Amino acid sequence: MKLYEYMGKELFNRYGLTIPRGKMVASPEEAAAVAAEIGAPVVIKSQVLSGKRGKGGGIKFADTPEEAREAAAQVLGMTVQGLKVEMILVEEKLAIDHEFYVAITVDGAAKAPVLIASAQGGMDIEEVPDEFIVKEHLDVCLGIQPYLCREVCRRLGITGAVAKEFSRLLPILYRIFREKDAELVEINPLVLSGEKLIAADAKVTIDDEALYRQKDLPVVDDRTEAERQAHALGLSYVQLDGNIAVMANGAGITMGTLDIIQHYGGAPANFLDAGGGTGMEATAKALEILLSTNPRVIFINIFGGITRCDDVARALVKVKQEKGINVPVVIRLVGTNEEEGVRLLREHGIEAYKVMHEAAAKAVELARAQN
Amino acid sequence: MAIIVGEKTNVLVQGITGNQGTFHTKQMLAYGTRIVAGVSPGKGGQTVEGVPVYDTVAAAMENHQIDASVLFIPAPFAKDAAFEAIAAGIRVVVIITEHIPVHDEMEIIAFARRRGTIIIGPNTFGIVSSGRCKIGIPPNQFFVPGHIGVVARSGTLTYEIVANLTASGLGQSTVVGLGGDRVVGLSFVDVLEKFEKDPETRAVVLVGEIGGNAEEEAALFIKKMTKPVVAYIAGKSAPPGKRMGHAGAIIERGKGTFEGKVKALTAAGARVATLPFEVPELIKEALG
Repeated sequence: MKLYEYMGKELFNRYGLTIPRGKMVASPEEAAAVAAEIGAPVVIKSQVLSGKRGKGGGIKFADTPEEAREAAAQVLGMTVQGLKVEMILVEEKLAIDHEFYVAITVDGAAKAPVLIASAQGGMDIEEVPDEFIVKEHLDVCLGIQPYLCREVCRRLGITGAVAKEFSRLLPILYRIFREKDAELVEINPLVLSGEKLIAADAKVTIDDEALYRQKDLPVVDDRTEAERQAHALGLSYVQLDGNIAVMANGAGITMGTLDIIQHYGGAPANFLDAGGGTGMEATAKALEILLSTNPRVIFINIFGGITRCDDVARALVKVKQEKGINVPVVIRLVGTNEEEGVRLLREHGIEAYKVMHEAAAKAVELARAQN
Repeated sequence: MAIIVGEKTNVLVQGITGNQGTFHTKQMLAYGTRIVAGVSPGKGGQTVEGVPVYDTVAAAMENHQIDASVLFIPAPFAKDAAFEAIAAGIRVVVIITEHIPVHDEMEIIAFARRRGTIIIGPNTFGIVSSGRCKIGIPPNQFFVPGHIGVVARSGTLTYEIVANLTASGLGQSTVVGLGGDRVVGLSFVDVLEKFEKDPETRAVVLVGEIGGNAEEEAALFIKKMTKPVVAYIAGKSAPPGKRMGHAGAIIERGKGTFEGKVKALTAAGARVATLPFEVPELIKEALG
């Protein structure tokens, strides 16, 4: 779950990090009022869950409340990186003496958190040469100790009062990372203004698997309706942009199914993993979700271990009888209770495939024919 | 020989009285796995399929020699159960559970490293030494003894590939499920090292997917291997930024792409199958 910038900043503020003075607004009039309150030049920032807002025109500067009103009017309602801007953050424009980069994230290869810092902040960290990046893997038993802060400051060339402030900031960032089950906590740029270090931006991503124990965080839901419904059934769903709806049992085999469809020249409409232990009812509901996306063909690929072929067959028959299915369905059924499942389908006029790639080729052929 | 587990491995089932625990205990026993005990707090004294149940792992170990444990424990409690097994000194801990928070996973791995415990998973189907020992959930009938080692991030896709191998007369030495999460215990390299040393394994199948850099790391080791490796990577069609089911299957900021993995593996000398059913022919080609 990605947090909006303003939510990340609220979190930082609560934990004792310095953020710019500012407020969230939803109209040009409010923007002007906040600018007046701040009494100094401001920056108008669109609140969307994408990077590169500046390049998309989603960040503007304003020297007066009137300019703030105009800038806000331009930014609100615009589309930045494909996302509609409905809220903006109006903040004091900072006097920037230097920009740093600092982040803590999960390093899968190291199986541990990693601290990443650079004296070249304010740009895409991927474009900063390695020699200017400090990377320190962290031990979850130690966290960030004072010695590590001293060493990081040394490598970044930070001394004196600023080093003291940086050393105060790093353990706080780590606490946020651990206490909020974050996958990423990133400040880019971390602005040096006089002797203060201010988080000019905030990127916080919370581990979806930990949301059950992070109830006091705001909920940010950028999923589609189909994704939401599938999630409620305990299934994994990702919207794609093709016309062959896909359901399989297991994330790997679902990905493999999408790959094969594409290999044969077809376009998958979605990823839907209805794997391991999904019962008949949930499978039937999942099929209904697929139908609601209006595909040209539905392709079901089942290699049943825990998943029972007869359950899947029953689900398909149920949906056919109760809702009707007006698109061709190609189903491949192998594994537990295969004979029973195949027989059931045959009784209802559906011939199940045994071989995955043959079924995939058929699905692609049918989708083309529907043209 | 097979790697990590074999016919003499004594197995403990944590969460044995739950639905999943009970069902899979039955399946594992039918396969021939030596399940000697189970743990379910508060249910000590019961039996499941003839297997004695204890309240704690330590209690089970007072009464039995235990070499490996398998966890059928819901995500919010999995970390505690894993800690318990590691603290008790069990050598191999197989974590079936999906949806464990990544911070819990990092803590489990950190503790396991201190104790030298082998963690398989989380979010894995388990490990099968064909014909001898199955720890986990894959269906019994597709695994036959043989000389092909299989190491994979995914579950059902691996069953598909293993079934193809079996149908082509290529049995398996050991099949290892690393798990679909971003932070897991054993990695490709760990298992490849063991397969390279295992007299019973003649070739290796690596089943990977988008996200992370496990396949790229594996490629570095594959360069040094004497035994042939055939790989299949899922997720060629996956769009960047979207999590494709598995927590670890996501292309982020240009890293973890299909193309990058295939390139690295090919450069290392592995044969990369375009479609899953090509794997057996590539193995036969490699074995000559």
